[in-house]
Amino acid sequence: MNVFVLLKQVPDTETKIRIKGDGSGIESGDIKWVLNPYDEFAIEEGIKTKEKLKEGAVTVVGCGPDRVVDALRTAVAMGADNAIHIKAEDTLDTYLVGKALAAACKKENAELILSGKQAIDDDQAAVFGFVAEFLDVPSISVVVKIDIAADKKSLKAEREVEGGTKHIIESSLPAVIAVNKGINSPRYASLPGIMKAKKKEIKTYTLADLGLGSESARTKDSAYALPPERKAGIKIAGDAKAQAHELVRLLREEAKVI
Amino acid sequence: MVSFQLTEEQESLKEMVAKFVQNDMLPVAAKFDESGEFPFDVIKKAWELGLMNIAVPPKFGGLGLGVLDDVIINEEMGAGCLGITTSIAVNTLGLYPILLFGTDDQIKEFVTPFLEQPLLASFCLTEPGAGSDAGALSTAAKEDGNDYILNGSKMWITNAGHASLFTVFATVDKALKQKGIICLAVKADTPGIQLGKPENKLGQRASDTRAITFENVRVPKKNLIGKVGEGFKVALRTLDRTRTPIAAGAVGAARAAMMHSIRYAKERKQFNQPIANFQAIQFMLADMATKIEASRGLCYRAGSLLDAGFDEAANLASSHAKRFSADMAMEVATDAVQIFGGYGYTKEYPVEKIMRDVKLVQIYEGTSQIQRVVIARHLLKD
Amino acid sequence: MASETVLIGEVKDGHLKRVTFEILGEALRQGVEPTVVLLGQNLKEDLKAELGQHGASKVVFLEHEALASYSTEGFANALHAFLSPLNPSAVIAGATSQGKDYLPRLAAKLGVGFAADCTEFKIAPGAVSARRPVYAGKCSKQVNFLQGAAVFSIRPNVLAVSTVHAKTATIQKVAANPGTIRAKLVETKASAAKKVELTEADVIVSGGRSLKSADAFKILFEMADTIGAAVGASRAAVDAGYAPHDMQVGQTGKTVSPKLYIACGISGAIQHLAGMRTSKVIVAINKDPEAPIFSKADYGIVGDLFELVPLLTAELKALKAKS
Repeated sequence: MNVFVLLKQVPDTETKIRIKGDGSGIESGDIKWVLNPYDEFAIEEGIKTKEKLKEGAVTVVGCGPDRVVDALRTAVAMGADNAIHIKAEDTLDTYLVGKALAAACKKENAELILSGKQAIDDDQAAVFGFVAEFLDVPSISVVVKIDIAADKKSLKAEREVEGGTKHIIESSLPAVIAVNKGINSPRYASLPGIMKAKKKEIKTYTLADLGLGSESARTKDSAYALPPERKAGIKIAGDAKAQAHELVRLLREEAKVI
Repeated sequence: MVSFQLTEEQESLKEMVAKFVQNDMLPVAAKFDESGEFPFDVIKKAWELGLMNIAVPPKFGGLGLGVLDDVIINEEMGAGCLGITTSIAVNTLGLYPILLFGTDDQIKEFVTPFLEQPLLASFCLTEPGAGSDAGALSTAAKEDGNDYILNGSKMWITNAGHASLFTVFATVDKALKQKGIICLAVKADTPGIQLGKPENKLGQRASDTRAITFENVRVPKKNLIGKVGEGFKVALRTLDRTRTPIAAGAVGAARAAMMHSIRYAKERKQFNQPIANFQAIQFMLADMATKIEASRGLCYRAGSLLDAGFDEAANLASSHAKRFSADMAMEVATDAVQIFGGYGYTKEYPVEKIMRDVKLVQIYEGTSQIQRVVIARHLLKD
Repeated sequence: MASETVLIGEVKDGHLKRVTFEILGEALRQGVEPTVVLLGQNLKEDLKAELGQHGASKVVFLEHEALASYSTEGFANALHAFLSPLNPSAVIAGATSQGKDYLPRLAAKLGVGFAADCTEFKIAPGAVSARRPVYAGKCSKQVNFLQGAAVFSIRPNVLAVSTVHAKTATIQKVAANPGTIRAKLVETKASAAKKVELTEADVIVSGGRSLKSADAFKILFEMADTIGAAVGASRAAVDAGYAPHDMQVGQTGKTVSPKLYIACGISGAIQHLAGMRTSKVIVAINKDPEAPIFSKADYGIVGDLFELVPLLTAELKALKAKS
């Protein structure tokens, strides 16, 4: 089975976010770039699938500038067999990234496409859906368990919905599955893996190679802003009944946490 | 001019070890410190990740990595728990004699099993009466046909309770002093080896440290590592390679102490402001940082020199690295406890453990005083 | 036709999810009269009334047997078939489990851009934009839609529900075309009533030594149950035997980072703060007005927790009933 894993390189969660003077994005000078944590679960699931089926290969594919190669190598160090880098600027939107990844998957005949449930920088949980649509295959999101049928023509996935309920979805293959934390425990890159990954040849495509030279983004970002400063705390006055009522009102309408 | 940039693989290595420390070492460090239990599962995980035995050459199935890589690994692990780090790192100490002076057959026989399973080795040099003066050891190796018979006792041996292999330094003739010393690879299941109880230590309590008694232990002559009379050289050359990574462990521990202190200083308020606003605290933190930077620089330099083959320069550099890193780590950890005040003095906060752990670095692998002797000797020679 | 805004409502257990009215409210405030589309089978007339009460004037019931239960492809296909000829300028849904799932596919089918989980939007002629949090909420950005329909989802419980007077909503019933559904729901597993794990909880209610007994923690559990929260304890409470160690939040307990942390009878010593300082919103209830926890709390109530906690529980139950 040709297992593909879509991955993204994102700023480390500890990154202090500073907004550029013109509001067009965040300052990238100090950023420590890492493999998107949710994608680690996808890579692990890909490797486990190959191990379970005792055949096939795991290919990781990532889109972005040259630094993305580091994330691809980390995936190879974990145990992925092949890596594809789609060279592109940082400013691609969901539509273009979806198009690019889908084109690479199609070119290389991906049969099972895995991805993390969302990227922790953009938090959209959308690219995998675009990829599935462009490949015209089914997609299942927020998956915590995957069982591939013996004939490898379909799979059953356990999906988390609201309220802790789980839906079991049966789907034909090929399909795109976005996995959630808890599906497995991602292995670390081992030191021998890191050494091997260093020598691995990474296939590179440009957008033009994938027939996307004339495509353009459908959205543009602007006006990045920091959230309002945390206000000083207030003490709620009144008798106990009034205090309780006011607190719940504030939590619902002002803080919006319930 | 030397570049202080790490390679991409070294950066990946650093990240991977940091992750291992975060997920597998830190959550259990306090537990092992309290109980003194042997952290076998953590060691096994380190082995699975390929972090042990990195110096074994590729022709024997190893990665053939160098001292600088070991330095990187040890700094990251030291920032987790020095006791567990020592348990993991001491394998290099036990195996280097064979890697440096053993024949290919000996390496195949004694070292390759360590690549196949998470086995442990112990380096047996120190004795109850021979610490800094290691050359005055008295464990005797008497020739008997095709074997040596070992008699004597060793002290402060790390991983003794769990090793499958002991690299033992003994003398064939005390009168010859250092020139009478030999190195023998001794399988742990050889009859006559008695292990002492684990020592109840101040710090690095996850590390298993014991006395070993050899009573008429029969070791085949083919287990002789290097030549007769070369044993002390074998020991010293081994220590030359492990001294710097050990120093790096102290750098990591100091770094952890500093990071804890920075966080606490920002949170703790006295006189209506975070104590981080007070110059007394700021100066302590600044000094911690400079000391750590300097020690790391010394470790990187010594590691790079060793890897480049400049042995003599490297050995001096490693003495500087060990002496400075150990002493500064003790200063940094003590200051960290001070910054935490009363809270730092309790086991509820992690800094008292770091202070207890780093004290040992000033003592083992050549005391800070012996390192000064070596450095002074070098400076004063004609 | 080309400037139509479509709002895809979500029906659950026979009524509309609140987020539908939140989006409707904002659209109306911007002078936009969206067409509300509901998907399902045999959708009830009273949904129209519910929508009308919140100011909707145009409602479409997109119905098909296959849409009686949710499926990614069924919803995306049916919406695409219906919306594509309309050429809408904006297509909006709530960022619920369903919305998050089918909306990206719909956007891809329409060949347009997409923005998820937005907290604001602006529909102006020829220019639609939405604002959304990024980097785990550390900042937000504006997404500007450059061509075709602007497809985006709205985060529930942010926008104000419509307060527009009742209108008569007209319903258009349309036979949906759900296309081929290749991923089907075959089983639903209800969640086992399991204790919410402290380190993963979105909301935590925590008790301190003032609870005075293990039994007293019952009132905290009751409050927690109304909002699906986990219950924690301070070291003092654990040391006194009022709660087991696995409930301890703090330096030697667990480190938590919920959206909401309600500290009841907890003084706020530095060891406790270490365990919960990254909580998004902190509420403190304590008899002592000088308790250090008040300096960290966003909302503080000086009072008796034994009086306040049951009152809060009642208020929260009432709020839940209204949602």
